[in-house]
Amino acid sequence: MAALDKEQVYEWLSSVTDPEVPALTILDLGIVRNVTIKGTGNEAEVTVSITPTYSGCPAMDVISIGVRMALMSRSIRKVNIELQLSPAWTTDWMTDEGKQKLKAYGIAPPHRKAFQPLGLFEEDNVTCPRCGSEETELVSQFGPTSCKALYKCLSCKEPFEHFKCH
Amino acid sequence: MDPNSQFPIPNSRQLDYTLRLADGALILGHRLGEWCGHGPILEQDIALTNTALDHLGRARSLYQYAAEQFNQMPADAKKNVFTSVSIQNIINTGASLDEDDLAYLRDGWDFRNELLLEQPNIDWAYTVARAFFYDAFNYFFFSALEKSKDESLAAIAEKSLKEVTYHLRWSSEWVVRLGDGTDESHARMQQAVNELWMYTGELFAMNDTDTAMVSEGIGVDLPAIKPLWTARIRAVLDEATINIPAEAWMQKGGREGRHSEHLGYILAELQFMQRAYPGMEW
Repeated sequence: MAALDKEQVYEWLSSVTDPEVPALTILDLGIVRNVTIKGTGNEAEVTVSITPTYSGCPAMDVISIGVRMALMSRSIRKVNIELQLSPAWTTDWMTDEGKQKLKAYGIAPPHRKAFQPLGLFEEDNVTCPRCGSEETELVSQFGPTSCKALYKCLSCKEPFEHFKCH
Repeated sequence: MDPNSQFPIPNSRQLDYTLRLADGALILGHRLGEWCGHGPILEQDIALTNTALDHLGRARSLYQYAAEQFNQMPADAKKNVFTSVSIQNIINTGASLDEDDLAYLRDGWDFRNELLLEQPNIDWAYTVARAFFYDAFNYFFFSALEKSKDESLAAIAEKSLKEVTYHLRWSSEWVVRLGDGTDESHARMQQAVNELWMYTGELFAMNDTDTAMVSEGIGVDLPAIKPLWTARIRAVLDEATINIPAEAWMQKGGREGRHSEHLGYILAELQFMQRAYPGMEW
């Protein structure tokens, strides 16, 4: 077996998707922080560091299993998964490709840098992913998953989800 | 350190500190979770359960870290940390502890959360007021804890601060909406603020653990963040046309394990499965 390189591992990881937002891979989300490889061939030991999007994100367990499966199905016997909290995940790490996929999936992607926080009562301006209108209204900051907010479009009248800037 | 004090063991104060943060997150998370299926409208039901999940996620990180600290203690020292029978039984077998043992097998007197967090939901105004006082505290507390010399606590603080920021936004908006709403909502908001005010002093009271942690560069200097908290509380309550209660006698004791009767009822529900069917998993 040829020596295993990181690029190969990243390619395998690109098949692991977020169970809550299956349009996105874990690489699109930017939650894979590091990959290290020790040894070669049958003795190769791969350590993947991932970071949770939100502290209580229930998808993390499923994602960990997905990573393990993706590597073990490629005959990597020793797989370690490390949970890394710092630096804290931010939507700024989501790839541009990931944002395009989100939009195509019907979810308004994060649109501003997370390090520019809103004022106390300031509201975000979110574009409708269906009709492109900027005439939208926040329904709730909290949606079906921690990472999404609920909006409705005042032009096409459709409700939609927004992946919050975080 | 005084060998006769309650904490003669190295790192036991750090464990006490970590557990307090974990217990606070678990107990408030549980209280907010009680609203699941009972919220006034679906979006707010979801808001509270989302927030509860953030608190529980933080509790897990902290309990995992607390278990790690506990497991590194010398065997004879481990016996003096808790007095709850169920967890002592495990410690006596020589087994190491994990996050679930800490959450499910300690009795009320071994919990260190502040009294504010175990107060019942009562109505929407009480739920909002309790969250608001604690969210504002958390915002300034985690901003400071991010600079802790303890890298694990600093990482948890950094992660939590992002979440606490929108918790505070949510609870602040509701304080204003109720306070500056109808006569009925205003009266209820004012009553909730008045009744819960006596539990806010404990958030800033330094005990021996706080003093030790601050001197080691690990913990947060609580009196230093109190003016920031007060300013934020004042700004939102003013906007909400709610009066700030006069200085009053402040209740405390939670951090030392002296709780109100409410904690026992929470634990009876929260710990039931592990107590009835020890070690069960699903």
